[in-house]
Amino acid sequence: MQLTLEFGGGLELLCNSVKIHSVDVDHKVGEEKVQLTMKDLLAWVRKNLIKERPEMFMKGDSVRPGVLVLVNDCDWELSGQLDTILEEKDVVVFISTLHGG
Amino acid sequence: MEVVAEKPGRVRNCCLCNLRKAALKRPKTLQQICRECFYEVFEEEIHRVIVDNRLFKPGERIAIGASGGKDSTVLAYVMAELNRRHNYGLDLFLLSVDEGITGYRDDSLETVKRNEIQYGLPLKVVSYKDLYGWTMDEIVKMIGLKNNCTFCGVFRRQALDRGAALLKVDKVVTGHNADDIAETVILNILRGDIARLGRCTSITTGEDGPIPRCKPFKYTYEKEIVMYAYFKKLDYFSTECIYSPNAYRGFAREFIKDLERIRPRAILDIIKSGEDFRIATSTKMPEQGTCERCGYISSQKWCKACVLLEGLNRGLPKLGIGRRGIDNERNSRKTIENKQCGSLDF
Repeated sequence: MQLTLEFGGGLELLCNSVKIHSVDVDHKVGEEKVQLTMKDLLAWVRKNLIKERPEMFMKGDSVRPGVLVLVNDCDWELSGQLDTILEEKDVVVFISTLHGG
Repeated sequence: MEVVAEKPGRVRNCCLCNLRKAALKRPKTLQQICRECFYEVFEEEIHRVIVDNRLFKPGERIAIGASGGKDSTVLAYVMAELNRRHNYGLDLFLLSVDEGITGYRDDSLETVKRNEIQYGLPLKVVSYKDLYGWTMDEIVKMIGLKNNCTFCGVFRRQALDRGAALLKVDKVVTGHNADDIAETVILNILRGDIARLGRCTSITTGEDGPIPRCKPFKYTYEKEIVMYAYFKKLDYFSTECIYSPNAYRGFAREFIKDLERIRPRAILDIIKSGEDFRIATSTKMPEQGTCERCGYISSQKWCKACVLLEGLNRGLPKLGIGRRGIDNERNSRKTIENKQCGSLDF
């Protein structure tokens, strides 16, 4: 599944200062492709994109409180947070609010 | 309306206009609202705070403390917008402090310079080097990475006042938001800093001093500020200071963010608790005087900046750090008055 991931508010520093990543993520159980949720995507991001200080990005299996998430420019609190089901060509944005003002 | 493939059926319509898809959940009210309604309620709430608290008078000159970060960038944008829309009649300026931190402040100052053009607000930059003869880079070279935030915090507060005096403004506004204030309430409780606890929730401070400061974002959630900047594509800078872990504040911050996730109203509730604190009239509070050396407001013989500077210039940078100050007679009494309070900016 083709997705565009965008990191902002300082989070880009955790992935080699690259803000926009075009990625191909498939979620499989055995041989079968299954639906990809935000929860799966976060685990994938942590494993594949975050190069340093993962604790700045995640806490438990979710984002660290203070990191905003938007799926197709919509607050993920409206689409079910970790249970949000992702679709082809979705754009997921992560913005930290934790850096200075 | 801008449409990006929205999840069909999952996201509800805006609960205010019922026309467009909701784009965010407001932490303050839990309402699900669209972008357009969000802009409107966000700006109007700040306008209400300004009007209800009589923050400004027509004709006043106002400096916006601008760091290039999210809060001050949104503040500059919204202030310029509201000033036009509601005819506040204010003369607005951007005021930035250059601490002299290579790779951090030089970059964020570039953002402020772009904001100067984008928002049409004249910019004044005051530097630590000009005011104190030292850049933060030089200070860190001398004292190392311990306590450097104390120097920076004390110097910044004064630098903002001195810059404001140079601009001949009537007031300074800063971008401190609701999350910051809740955090400071918690910190001041943990530190037992009664004097600061009493005033950290005031929307305007320093009215008895030369240049009062106010916080139009006192009730504005950080989440909404960042969402606003994101949706409006405002140009801000978001790199952490290369010298500052500021660990203690970090713990309070994390605590506030954890609370917010469970119950977003908690932030406003903490501010309310801070406002409702009443300090026993028998408590001795620090007397505000002026620094014998530079004339800046101080509850001691010398202000904190002068003590720190004296230490730097004499090659004794530990002066003024920790509990013992320099030859401050008023400092010898062991009362609540001489608690050191770190580098809090409130």
